Amino acid sequence: MPLKSVYKLYQDMETEQSIISYKGVVSADLLTSVLNIMEDKLAIIEESVSIRKKVYNVLVECLQNLYHHNEGKGTFTKNAKQSISSDKASILIISKPADFYEIKTGNFIENQKVEKLKSKINHINNLDKEGLRDLYVSILNDGEYSNKGTAGLGLIDIARKSNKKIEYEFKPINDQYSFYCLNVKIN
Amino acid sequence: MENINLEGTAKTPSVSFEYDNGTIELRGRSIPENSVEFYRPLNEWLKEYSTCPQPKTIFEVKLEYFNTSSSKCLLDLFKLLESIPKDKTSVYIHWYFEKDDGDIEEAGEDYQAIVPLPFKMIEVDEI
Repeated sequence: MPLKSVYKLYQDMETEQSIISYKGVVSADLLTSVLNIMEDKLAIIEESVSIRKKVYNVLVECLQNLYHHNEGKGTFTKNAKQSISSDKASILIISKPADFYEIKTGNFIENQKVEKLKSKINHINNLDKEGLRDLYVSILNDGEYSNKGTAGLGLIDIARKSNKKIEYEFKPINDQYSFYCLNVKIN
Repeated sequence: MENINLEGTAKTPSVSFEYDNGTIELRGRSIPENSVEFYRPLNEWLKEYSTCPQPKTIFEVKLEYFNTSSSKCLLDLFKLLESIPKDKTSVYIHWYFEKDDGDIEEAGEDYQAIVPLPFKMIEVDEI
């Protein structure tokens, strides 16, 4: 990045009211640090305890999604000028652009998993409060753990707590991976 | 039976499982990346407890945050308690939530819907 772009980046982050932006590996320690920083910041900028808790809760699930589900491995070449290191790299952007918070995440996902995940999010987005509760309870009660010890409840929980539709995008990168972006709004 | 007493951390709750008074308690936050690992010893303790329980067993759940993988582990603890024959112990769940924390209150109601044990919902100012 040329030095003169730094101010441009600053302005963009200012316009977006960025709270935390991070690109890199989401380790357990990083997760702890981000949660600590956000808890302190929320205590200053957010008066409503219940919104603070919601943001924190949704952030926990978003971060743990990144931690458990990052699938990119190795470096691949997109074109002659650009090679992309996908080694468990993710992006996280937390902001408060207006009277709501936004948590955006991005990570690599294997192409073969895209359709299943899309239909899962679409299904969640089509449910109302009661429907989400029923789905949550039935998976909690019947579901098994995945081999990563996750319960398959994260996205449903995010939808329940944010009370908003989950926005998503899958950007194809090459024949193996796509970049999966999620945007969760909370207010 | 040995008691379990663990200090809380940024990601795990404080734990107090006391055999003599039949009281088990989780307090604080439960957001570890690997909940199964954290809860395994608690599960094992309860399995042993269920072979020779006190006449009255109280589970005090005082969680201010928990992640979805912990929610599954919590259910496992409830199910273990539920599996103890009724003539051996009476189990009571005390579910604490902070005033205005609708999400934790709702989570308690979710469990109430699937676990056939008596729940008492207790509203407090601060957990």
